[in-house]
Amino acid sequence: MSQEALVQVRGVNKHYGALHVLKNINLEVGKGEVIILLGPSGSGKSTLCRTINRLETIDNGEILIDGKVLPAEGKELAKLRADVGMVFQSFNLFAHKTILDNVTLGPRKVRGLSKSEAEAEAMQLLKKVGVDSQANKMPAQLSGGQQQRVAIARALAMKPKVMLFDEPTSALDPEMVNEVLETMVSLAREGMTMIVVTHEMGFARRAADRIVFLADGEIIEQSSPDEFFSNPKSERARDFLGKILNH
Amino acid sequence: MSFSEQLSTLFAKYNVIDAFWTNVQLTFWAAIGAFVLGSILALMRISPVPSLRAAGTAYVHLVRNTPLTILMTLAILGVWTQFQLSLSSNFETNFFLYAIIVLAIYHAAFVCEAIRSGVNTVPTGQAEAARAIGLGFMPTARYVIFPQALRGSITPLGNTLIALAKNTTVATVASVAEASGMMKSMIEFNSDLVFMIFFVFAMGFVVIVVPIGLLTTWASRKLAVKR
Ligand SMILES: Nc1ncnc2c1ncn2[C@@H]1O[C@H](COP(=O)(O)OP(=O)(O)O)[C@@H](O)[C@H]1O
Ligand SMILES: [Mg+2]
Repeated sequence: MSQEALVQVRGVNKHYGALHVLKNINLEVGKGEVIILLGPSGSGKSTLCRTINRLETIDNGEILIDGKVLPAEGKELAKLRADVGMVFQSFNLFAHKTILDNVTLGPRKVRGLSKSEAEAEAMQLLKKVGVDSQANKMPAQLSGGQQQRVAIARALAMKPKVMLFDEPTSALDPEMVNEVLETMVSLAREGMTMIVVTHEMGFARRAADRIVFLADGEIIEQSSPDEFFSNPKSERARDFLGKILNH
Repeated sequence: MSFSEQLSTLFAKYNVIDAFWTNVQLTFWAAIGAFVLGSILALMRISPVPSLRAAGTAYVHLVRNTPLTILMTLAILGVWTQFQLSLSSNFETNFFLYAIIVLAIYHAAFVCEAIRSGVNTVPTGQAEAARAIGLGFMPTARYVIFPQALRGSITPLGNTLIALAKNTTVATVASVAEASGMMKSMIEFNSDLVFMIFFVFAMGFVVIVVPIGLLTTWASRKLAVKR
């Protein structure tokens, strides 16, 4: 990459007690690039995602977002976090707030937008993800797929530089998976930088610029989706694909 | 003497309503103090700063495991008698304020734990989502955690308030003229009416406490968060 990468993970290690979950991870994600993290369960995909906006601390190494090192604590960290959107497996909408208030909370309290500005922008985003008609409902009144699309809108409302998705469709009923994936595909087409953990191989083929394969806390290989799916280099990736694709 | 004669004898000689009014006032002010202090303690106990967490935990364990009577005695015999720390030039007001402060300090530990049990009802994912959109610890607590935690805390907070209302009788240790002190002197001088006296004071506390229970039950139903 000629241009400096938007996300740079350099020599990151992390332990949970004796368990070495991330082993000397080096990863660069360019602006507008869509990275799919694949790997068996327990390989450290979620942990890697969560270290990128410091929901998890790291033992050593460093992580840079748009050239700035992620600070350890405090206001600076909160500011940088706002630039990194995150979508969780379990949606995590604020249960006591309406859909609209879920989306406007960050822009109002972090970015300092007025209520009316924040609401106007939020309505546009809700429209974009197709849930604008639900704006005044509570999260519990929406289907899982709708909730996840609201969660995406909530993250986008901060105008993040990069979006992290940790198995965004794993908690959904099958008939709702596509509506969320469609939203993600259109985001990718608009040029959003994305790091996505998913088991949706169709989506990975369609949307990924690069597949990053993890096993036991290590990056085993990275390649284009075509190459990864048709001609995986490592034994572990072949093994993993064999298990996933034969189901 | 008939039931009503007994009653009117007692009410003629003693200002029972005034005595109970003192307990109501003690309850009210101590509840406010305990709520404020307890909320701060709860914030400390869930904060990311280890020393604040440790201080909050130490407070709760120390205060919760000390009998209230001992705290009240310590305040009066220790702080008041030894250091002559006067909170008001009026002797009665001074002790009244002492009693409120001790009651607040003591019940704050229970308020803290009530709020914390409410915090535990809020899925951690919501706190993570709040942090992920760039909210710091205090805004996350204020806009996301506490509004939901309070709803989950209403029942234990109500129980704490009921305990507080009854524990105001310990203010008698601080020479505050409240209901239980009056009951004691009534029995001393009217030992033939002891059951009647007991009945009057038991009913008095029922009148104070039952509405608190009803109110909290109603509030916790009304405010329950749908998930
Ligand atoms: N908070 C935690 N405490 C201890 N171990 C954890 C914690 N979170 C994850 N782990 C462990 O770290 C490893 C990697 O987990 P994770 O990143 O969730 O994997 P993946 O998302 O790839 O399934 C697993 O072995 C998991 O059990
Ligand atoms: Mg995971």
